[in-house]
Amino acid sequence: MIEAGIFYLFATVLVGAAVGVISSRNPVHAALFLVLAFVTSAVLWILLEAEFLGIVLVLVYVGAVMVLFLFVVMMLNVNIEKMRVGFTRYAPLGIIVALAVAAEIGYVIWTRRGQLPEKQPLPADNYSNTEALGAVLYTDYVYAFELAAIILLVAIVAAIALTMRQRAGVKAQDISAQVATRRQDRVRLVSMDSEPRQ
Amino acid sequence: MNFDLTHVWPEIFVATMACIVLVADLYTSRRDVAYWLSLLTIVGAAALTLALPAGGRELTLTDTYIAEPLTDVLKMVAYGVVALVFLYSRDYLRERDLLKGEYFVLGLFGLLGIMVMISAHHFLTLYLGLELLSLSLYAMVAFDRDSSICAESAMKYFVLGAIASGTLLFGMSLVYGVTGSLAINEVAAGVVAAGSTDIMLLIALAFMLVGVMFKLGAVPFHMWLPDVYHGAPTSTTLYIGTASKIASFALFVRAIGEAFGGLESDWRDMLIVLAVLSLGIGNIVAIAQTNLKRMLAYSTISHVGFILLGFIAADGQGYQAALFYTITYVLMAAGAFGMIILLSRAGFEADELADFKGLNQYSPWFALIMLLLMFSMAGVPPLIGFYAKLAVLAAVVEAGLTWLAIVAVVFSVIGAFYYLRVIKLMYFDAPEGDTRIDAGVGMRVVLSANGLAMLALGIFPGALLALCGTVIPLALR
Repeated sequence: MIEAGIFYLFATVLVGAAVGVISSRNPVHAALFLVLAFVTSAVLWILLEAEFLGIVLVLVYVGAVMVLFLFVVMMLNVNIEKMRVGFTRYAPLGIIVALAVAAEIGYVIWTRRGQLPEKQPLPADNYSNTEALGAVLYTDYVYAFELAAIILLVAIVAAIALTMRQRAGVKAQDISAQVATRRQDRVRLVSMDSEPRQ
Repeated sequence: MNFDLTHVWPEIFVATMACIVLVADLYTSRRDVAYWLSLLTIVGAAALTLALPAGGRELTLTDTYIAEPLTDVLKMVAYGVVALVFLYSRDYLRERDLLKGEYFVLGLFGLLGIMVMISAHHFLTLYLGLELLSLSLYAMVAFDRDSSICAESAMKYFVLGAIASGTLLFGMSLVYGVTGSLAINEVAAGVVAAGSTDIMLLIALAFMLVGVMFKLGAVPFHMWLPDVYHGAPTSTTLYIGTASKIASFALFVRAIGEAFGGLESDWRDMLIVLAVLSLGIGNIVAIAQTNLKRMLAYSTISHVGFILLGFIAADGQGYQAALFYTITYVLMAAGAFGMIILLSRAGFEADELADFKGLNQYSPWFALIMLLLMFSMAGVPPLIGFYAKLAVLAAVVEAGLTWLAIVAVVFSVIGAFYYLRVIKLMYFDAPEGDTRIDAGVGMRVVLSANGLAMLALGIFPGALLALCGTVIPLALR
């Protein structure tokens, strides 16, 4: 009973936040609504006892992706009016797509009515998703795991190789050269005869 | 759970050495260090692969990794081709101020991706290997970052490659939904059990086939090929045109040939359409090209059509012919792109057909090498390209599809026109502009060997053909 109450509360907030994402005029507000949507869906995951997915959703999407997204939105001067120009022109197409998707969902529900799957049995009380994932991630799937790591390394190498450039004429300090310098490099003793007073 | 690492040492070695090259390159201003270390890595990996105990089919790393004679042969070809790419690339990159350690590091990681794909026995590893290769290639295409045409082709390659990967993944997820597994042998068993009446499985097959054909470059999924070949630095085009074709062969054999062996009659019909279109469009559109790189891109499409013919036969002989054709094609393409690199120099790309005019007058030797390569691609005996086409056609006729063999022959005859045009330009036209050849001795020697190999293998094709026959796994016969 309490669970159902929590579910409906957060589901309502989730739907409201999702509507906020697409309806708010300010892109920063939209991004913040999306954060709210992620956090509430994380709560729904945890209600389903999928605590690992819930935590990952908060850590990865809210903690990393959305923060980065907010930075980009705030730093780039996105012209909202310009983006809304094509709205009326593309609206009919959007409505058609939305209707098609709604019809598909309706079809699936209609053909499968009355044969919804039975409620799945809950796992044992001391069962932990995180533990179960960890048990296979570093054993059965260690090869795939290492390959994913190498793919990330390649992404780093590629990003640096493609974007890092030394521009000509930059007045940057070369600290190791400064530290390693010797007196002979900087001071030159010149022996010269004193000139007669005029 | 088996964790025998014996067969995985080449992969571990290449991955470790790529990291070492990456770091070693930081501590030296001599860019040759990365180059030589990369070549050393390939030699070491080849030695490790040769030292492996020969045997039948072995699964390891909890059945996500497969080792069998086929994987060893494909890996050895991949080593050879990537080594050729590196050998041809060094001077080209240096003249364009692109000689950086990262190029070779990305090349090595791409090789690792190819090796992972060759040895993948699980859709997850297959996909990860594909992404590793693709990601390295995207960066290598964009490597000349001040060139807008490079950036454009890298962008096209990236977007279309991502769509292809997405299609492939979508197919894989449907396969998982039907068979409940991603391991290739379990999927194959599940496919046989479900049979060709399972609509979900047929949709999955269609999606996966589209993804694989995208990577292979078969019509109608070929649109990225000419633009990427044309826009990328020629050394990268060489990599995409040769090494990644071996990976595509492995991708097809595992993802379609083995996993969907039970639905052979279904995908065979799809392949027939793709093969005829590839042969037709590849050969006909190539005639209209004035740029050699674009011409070779369309010629790749027509050669892919021939490889597909081998897959259509779908028996021991068909796969043997397809493997033989792939190896042959890769060697021919390496030589042809090598010739473009040979004639290019700082600030000048010899990628127009007109740049080959009168080559015979100032370099008869390399005109002869190019002649061998072009005749081999056209399929003129006694060069190796002839036997490759012959093997494929024999397999197709054997499978009872004589009309398909006739179509293939007709289109090859049409295709012979544009290969012969290159030869006509070299031998019967007067040279235009600068006729210097700046390439170093190493490059000249290797390219000559590459061209002469077409002739040598053409005279003695038996050993390679027999090798291709013995390594085709039993599951595919």
